[in-house]
Amino acid sequence: MEFFLHLLLNGLSLGFLYALSALGFVMIYKSSSVLNFAHGELLAIGAFLFLLLSTWAKLPIPLAFVLTLAGSFILGFIVERLFLRRMIGEDLIQVIMLTVGLAAMFKGLMLFIFGGDIHQYPKFLPESLNLHIGIIQVPSVYVATFIIGILFLVVFGLFFKYSTQGIYMRSVADNQPAALSLGVHVQRVFALSWAIAALVAAMSGIVLGVLNGINVHELSAIGLKVFPVVILGGLDSIAGAIVGGVIIGMLETFTGGYLSTSLREIIPYIVLVVILMVKPYGLFGIKEIERV
Amino acid sequence: MGRRRFSECGNLKQSYEEELTLFGTDFGRYWSVVGLAMLLGLVPLASSPYVLYILNTIGIYAIAALGLNLLIGFTGQISLGHGAFFGVGAYAAAVLTTKVGCPYWAALPLAGLVTATVGMVFGVPSVRLKHLYLTIATLAGQFIIEYILVQWDGLTGGAEGILVGSSSIFGISLGSDRAFYYLIFISLILLTWILSNLMRTRFGRAFVAIRDNDRAAEGMGIALFKFKLLSFGISSFYAGYAGALFAGYMLTITPEPFNMWLSIEFIAMIIIGGLGNISGAVFGTVFIVLLGETLSTITEFIMNYGPTSGFSITIAPLREFIFGLSIVLFIMFEPKGLAEVWRIVRSNFRLWPFSY
Repeated sequence: MEFFLHLLLNGLSLGFLYALSALGFVMIYKSSSVLNFAHGELLAIGAFLFLLLSTWAKLPIPLAFVLTLAGSFILGFIVERLFLRRMIGEDLIQVIMLTVGLAAMFKGLMLFIFGGDIHQYPKFLPESLNLHIGIIQVPSVYVATFIIGILFLVVFGLFFKYSTQGIYMRSVADNQPAALSLGVHVQRVFALSWAIAALVAAMSGIVLGVLNGINVHELSAIGLKVFPVVILGGLDSIAGAIVGGVIIGMLETFTGGYLSTSLREIIPYIVLVVILMVKPYGLFGIKEIERV
Repeated sequence: MGRRRFSECGNLKQSYEEELTLFGTDFGRYWSVVGLAMLLGLVPLASSPYVLYILNTIGIYAIAALGLNLLIGFTGQISLGHGAFFGVGAYAAAVLTTKVGCPYWAALPLAGLVTATVGMVFGVPSVRLKHLYLTIATLAGQFIIEYILVQWDGLTGGAEGILVGSSSIFGISLGSDRAFYYLIFISLILLTWILSNLMRTRFGRAFVAIRDNDRAAEGMGIALFKFKLLSFGISSFYAGYAGALFAGYMLTITPEPFNMWLSIEFIAMIIIGGLGNISGAVFGTVFIVLLGETLSTITEFIMNYGPTSGFSITIAPLREFIFGLSIVLFIMFEPKGLAEVWRIVRSNFRLWPFSY
């Protein structure tokens, strides 16, 4: 029973992290229909920026945190402006390969600067965040993950529902020509969605770094784990990203715990294939009706 | 034999046959004969073992890239799993020669057929899925095949792989680079010839129709599923054949090289070379392989050069950076690839001095 609860907890927190990572991915896809293969690298960049500011520049943690988010926001903006804006209206394969190329560039650059070793953040989470639920002890990292995850989801929910920019973004996602004709600055929306996606990615990169240590290879591999999550939830649904993330996270830890550890890595992709065959638009995705 | 024609002075075609010929003029036909003679006669004799090794690598990858170009460039179905298909071919050949005792010459096409079957299985989702959904499905295929290659110990030898050993064809030993060069390049020429002729048949036209507009293609009576599956099959056959050559050439195989990175490299080859262009696949392969070799030569030089030898470890990741950069630059500035550059250069010469 304790083992089960332990796995459940692990799965939930892993799932929340996947959900958080998938959030930025969905945001880019929803507004500009770009499948971002460089998402894992954005995650890693955020994590390393925070490492740089907190350990090497020795800034206070909250300031380093805010600066990291701001830096990633600007990075997202620049990436969109320099690379993705030229690709509007190009073939899918070209856009995909552009993001793959960007991923290789970022990864190479980060390996060049930071090397392939595992780095650690200084301990900054207060001990008082440790929770005891019955026999289970919840480490402070998990509690922080839940808090940050829920906070972000609520903030984004409100942002999309009530703010002007959020409404612009939804309108572009819904029907681009219509949004254009109603005076929405579509290119700015694209830029904004990349910037926000990079910000969220940095956020989840930091949390992952606190949890497992910061390593270029591991963080960029998360970018590929995002695919099963978003397909399960529906590529263009934010709620789907969260549900999908939690389901995939649980599935992974339970497979690892009860079946075999080697199967753990592959089970999300097997689910992915099954979902694609049975329900290609995922749990919450919008069906594009087209019969050929 | 009619009159020889050496240069076109305008588009004067009068029948569909003329439109479909591989060589519009005799000029191209003669030059390709000269080129083939050099490729098979002069080059292997004049090259050092290192150059032969690079040429062989180019030849092997070019075969796989040709197949992928059929799938992505001509049929419009994106596959991120070709690295794994290449691996399936390599393992099929290794298992066939070492465990079944099949001769190497028969193992080559058989490995291609095995891979074609696997490729068609992973092509089945293309019935329902299009564009990025299909891309993601093939990505999942890549991971699943990688997992099987590592985990199916009994057949693949797990992480240790299989020792293939040196092979021979009809009594001729393939131990040397030069012997393998002939095998690889004769295969490459044959497979290129088959592919360029395939594109002139009704199958080839069906593939292109599916790429351009699948709904219209279906409306014109092209059975979408059948042709998509066929495209997956042929393309995987090429990948598998190339993989089988790779297994024979490398002597031992492990699951490691057949990762997603290889799939990405294959796509990079055809994008940099030119999508939907048969010579483009070869151009792109040459570019990527040479880029990789140049970068590792530079890395090695810096590692061994006295004052900078401490740098060695940190400089290696820059290879990945430059690789990514070249993909990005090509997509942004020459999306039609090297084949287009080649065409422009050629027509500049042809039309000089009236090159407008």
